[in-house]
Amino acid sequence: MLDYITSYLSMNTTPGQAGNVFWVVVYIMVVFGGVSVAVMAMNWLERKALAHFQIRLGPMRVGPHGLLQPIADAVKLFTKEDIIPSEADKLVFWIAPLIILCASFTVYIVIPFGPTHAITDLNIGILFMLGVSSLSVLGVVMAGWASNSHYPLIGSLRSSAQMISYEIAMGMAVISAILMTSLNKTGTGTLSMIGIVQAQQQQQIWFVFKFFPLGFIALGIFAIAMIAETNRAPFDLPEAESELTAGFHTEYSGLRWSLFMLGEYAAMIAVSSIAVTLWLGGWLRPFPNTLTGETWDLVFSLLPGFSFLALAAFAFIGVVRMPKHPYFRIQTIGLAGFGAVLGLIGLVLFIPPVRDRIQDIFWFVAKVAVFMYLYIWYRATFPRYRFDQLMKVGWKVLLPIAIGVLILTAIMGVIV
Amino acid sequence: MTPVATPFFFYLLAGLTLVSGILVITRKNPVHSALALILGLLAQAGLYLMLYAPFVAGVQIILYAGGIMVLFLFVIMLVNLQRSQREEQFNKQWLVGLVAAVALGALFVFVYIKGSTLFPANGPIPAENNNTQLVGELLYGQYMFAFEIASLLLLVAIIGAVVMAKKRI
Repeated sequence: MLDYITSYLSMNTTPGQAGNVFWVVVYIMVVFGGVSVAVMAMNWLERKALAHFQIRLGPMRVGPHGLLQPIADAVKLFTKEDIIPSEADKLVFWIAPLIILCASFTVYIVIPFGPTHAITDLNIGILFMLGVSSLSVLGVVMAGWASNSHYPLIGSLRSSAQMISYEIAMGMAVISAILMTSLNKTGTGTLSMIGIVQAQQQQQIWFVFKFFPLGFIALGIFAIAMIAETNRAPFDLPEAESELTAGFHTEYSGLRWSLFMLGEYAAMIAVSSIAVTLWLGGWLRPFPNTLTGETWDLVFSLLPGFSFLALAAFAFIGVVRMPKHPYFRIQTIGLAGFGAVLGLIGLVLFIPPVRDRIQDIFWFVAKVAVFMYLYIWYRATFPRYRFDQLMKVGWKVLLPIAIGVLILTAIMGVIV
Repeated sequence: MTPVATPFFFYLLAGLTLVSGILVITRKNPVHSALALILGLLAQAGLYLMLYAPFVAGVQIILYAGGIMVLFLFVIMLVNLQRSQREEQFNKQWLVGLVAAVALGALFVFVYIKGSTLFPANGPIPAENNNTQLVGELLYGQYMFAFEIASLLLLVAIIGAVVMAKKRI
């Protein structure tokens, strides 16, 4: 038994390919736990960042700077009454949030956090991700229909039309990136997520800069289409609150509603990591060509630790600036403890063996975090599209450009 | 790596396909039928995976379960469900149905009995890690002409749909 567990450590591959069930389970636990924590952090960050965009304070009451707000929200949602409308189709109403949740969490199986830090590597990786994440539209349609109410039905009709339309432009952009993977000596490309990043490593260029500006345009199309796919602002027509109260999940409450939210945020992280894998070099560190050599490797490998130390410093600045009134004593102690934990994590990340293993995960997560921040930024910046404008953008602008980029990429691939 | 293509998974997926197939034709509510059909298609994708054809399985999910069935549901949600629930579910063409069922059943029994001579037994397990590349080479190499004909047919169908849907072009 112990041999079975330790035998994987010497293998240089993902646990899924090694066929080691123990480590597969461990990886699944770690990834799912990490995603759930990331969703909670994103929840807090979105409210806080949106508030600062609008010159408000945002959550301030629960914990220092509202840090415990997601936990308070979760407790509130758990204890809320769970209502199923009397005219609703009970079974379909019950299954719909589960489908969205399963679809958005299943795709994490193939996301490569590092050359060996993935649950498994499938030969059809990117196809699997696109296919399974496209199943979440079924959950939206089922939720809207099963509620047996007007607003949810209109919301889900809008949503399915929108998701199908943008999926095509998204697929075209993805294909142009996959074409670039085949520009090696043997001329065979790959669909595997790890293989795509390794292709960028071999060609020594991130695909966003390849055939400039073709890769850049493809990433732009994908970045627009992925916002529409996840029903976020400015494409959040399925849940446009001024017209449809809450769209397809109007009739949902309590825990079921929170499952929708969890699925939505998990899907946002998943599509962002597709973009990072395909165009931004996945786990590869920035400037691998210009800043080479032992010293730069060392500097870049120290960055994860320093970033955690910086977070700890911010927490301690918060401790100093906290009002000195005795009412705030517990909050001050809590924030200091949080800062100490962050600092400790930062120090652990400086230990050489940890440093080497954690690097690729750090760069992948940092790149995904940029996309997650962009989601909040878009939401604070752009007004919502009208539905006919949305369709026009999808079919008459994005799709022709995507096909053009695909054809030009193919031509460039033949010439070069 | 130990193969996942065990009899247990085959019977599970085959059973799921059969049950959902029966549900498709017995449910009164068309939305329930469509959902059962999706379940059946997903189970089929699992069967393709067991046959070491991951590319076909992925395409099955992305096209049928994710694309076509969403359009099905889209249309079904727009039609009047009350009328369709009052209508008779099974039509009276039992003679034609019986002939078709017996013919298909006989074919299955024939394959089951003669199967060992029709197909090579215990052939080498095809390589899984370059399945997609092999499919691509076959489509764009050996079967290029048939592939192009099929895409031309689809193009004609798309143009036909546009012409029929638009009154004034």
